[in-house]
Amino acid sequence: MSNLVHKEASLLEVKNLETAFSIDGAYYNAVDKVSFSIKPGQIVGVVGESGCGKSVLSLSIMQLLPKGNGEIRSGEITFEGVQLNQLSDTEMNRIRGRDISMIFQEPMTSLNPVFTIGYQLQEVLFNHMKISKGDARQKSIALLKSVGISRPEKLVDEYPHQLSGGMRQRVMIAMAIACQPKLLIADEPTTALDVTVQAQILELLKTIQEVNDMSIILITHDLGVIAEMCDEVLVMYAGRIIERSDAESLFYKPMHPYTELLLGAIPKMDEEAGMLSSIEGMVPSLKNMPETGCRFALRCPKVKPECSAVTPLLEEVEEGHSVSCILYETSMPRKGVKP
Amino acid sequence: MMLNTGTVPQYPLLQVKHLKTYYPVKGGFFRRTIGNVKAVDDLSFEIEKGETLGLVGESGCGKSTAGRSIIRLMNATDGQVLFEGRDITKLNGKSLQAVRQDIQMIFQDPYASLNPMQMVGSIIGEPIKNYRKASGPSIKNEVLDLLNKVGLPDDAYFKYAHEFSGGQRQRIGIARALALKPKLIIADEPVSALDVSVQSQVLNLLKELQKEFNLTFLFIAHDLSVVKHMSDRIGVMYLGSMAEIADRNNLYSQPLHPYTKALISAIPIPDPRWKKERIILKGDVPSPFNPPAGCPFHPRCPEARPECSQLKPALKEVKPGHKVACHLY
Repeated sequence: MSNLVHKEASLLEVKNLETAFSIDGAYYNAVDKVSFSIKPGQIVGVVGESGCGKSVLSLSIMQLLPKGNGEIRSGEITFEGVQLNQLSDTEMNRIRGRDISMIFQEPMTSLNPVFTIGYQLQEVLFNHMKISKGDARQKSIALLKSVGISRPEKLVDEYPHQLSGGMRQRVMIAMAIACQPKLLIADEPTTALDVTVQAQILELLKTIQEVNDMSIILITHDLGVIAEMCDEVLVMYAGRIIERSDAESLFYKPMHPYTELLLGAIPKMDEEAGMLSSIEGMVPSLKNMPETGCRFALRCPKVKPECSAVTPLLEEVEEGHSVSCILYETSMPRKGVKP
Repeated sequence: MMLNTGTVPQYPLLQVKHLKTYYPVKGGFFRRTIGNVKAVDDLSFEIEKGETLGLVGESGCGKSTAGRSIIRLMNATDGQVLFEGRDITKLNGKSLQAVRQDIQMIFQDPYASLNPMQMVGSIIGEPIKNYRKASGPSIKNEVLDLLNKVGLPDDAYFKYAHEFSGGQRQRIGIARALALKPKLIIADEPVSALDVSVQSQVLNLLKELQKEFNLTFLFIAHDLSVVKHMSDRIGVMYLGSMAEIADRNNLYSQPLHPYTKALISAIPIPDPRWKKERIILKGDVPSPFNPPAGCPFHPRCPEARPECSQLKPALKEVKPGHKVACHLY
């Protein structure tokens, strides 16, 4: 693979991705025509409520969909010019962990309880590097130190159950950055942690991102975390990206009615306690997803009759701010029209 | 404020005095008790009628154990819980049952706290059936009324819990807690399992119900912005005891305890322009099995002094209505 990548070129490009799950023999799209790209060194947030497809999106990029019922039905995932969804398992294994790595939500269940921390860290190193046993041990101690663990020499010989949640998440991060990946996918990395520990972990991720000049896809439901961390934000609803923008204009000028409501639903620290905005109803299940039209139409307070007939496209309304809602569709002819 | 007849007005609705709840740790030969996990260690606060007291803290700080000890799902090791001026920690049998009508609980996990084998109608109707000699049709009417109050359709009566989403299940839990017209509701992390948009529905509902029934809440949560939204006064717990307690605005605008300061500064604010000095604490919460001597917070405290590791500070009032347990004040 060529390492001569232009700074301007995108590191990861996802085009028209459709990931489907089979339920009773039929396929239903959990991720529906999703397109976005990530530049080197960028932190992109993916935000949405449970069931919006944000985790399926990350599993699709990592090619970790459950074999047998989850499948990429169409679209392209291009990482440094290589199409990931065309690679064989062996080829993907070489990229996974070295160029792209992932940290998961549950630091309790994503470490193997029967191996020491050191063994699990060295496993990553042995898989991707030619390295001697002694060097691997030294390197894993250095890695643990770099994620802020205070007694790494002892910790390499300990087991996951001896650590607290925050420490385990640090170990997960150490494993993920062991080979200095270019892209880190962090799926709800701090959801299971307390807020003071969350602050530590977010700070750590930011430092590592700056030092290694790595890109991060940060998946979370917490808009506060998004505001703290991200350059760009993708808002997902029911498997589609409904709004994409830089963080500042998303929070100050949300366009999609869903984003507006979502922002209004968080209790604010600096405001008096009034009523919070809430969204009626719930996300339709995969099987009952409306086939045409906007998927938010059923719950939208600004719904128009044509919302359920026309599927809105994600269109750039202002520079760097795209939204998929017919309220913002200009009279100009549509770019890249799809039925 | 409305006062029910029979209550003695000079008492706060609930007073917790030096409450201690320890879990014994067994081990060694014959599994003797070799120590105690001091989940709640000398906790005191009070709640006035009609107000909401928020209880925040990180996992393992004892906030849930405190709630459970008050409602007697767990027996306190020591200390007093006075409900309308009467100590309920020593009650049992009939007299305990009578008090339980007045204190109800909403649980965190809407999946585990509803019986999957019961229809919603019987889940909500069960407390009414147990406590009042009411006839079938009148119970049904009451349940339908409750379903209506929490925003569920009438046909929910004949459905099972698994047919509902998380938010709707939490509404069922709320309806069950309301069934006996309690005076105090202990809500233990009622929205932490829910999505933001559903969370806001449930919080709005709790506020509406509080107004309608003049309810008093003990609102336990780890999310400081949720607690601020709901509470009149807030207590911050650390390792089993109260670090600071004050009314909502004072606590957030002028936090005194170094732990409260760090906790507030750690909340991610949904505003990208918000730049603030963040206090990053070192390490994790120590184990309550082996708490540090002196002030429980001193190993992580950025402002610790020598005396902090010697003597546990008492909760003292430094401003009207603002109490803090710290040697700095």
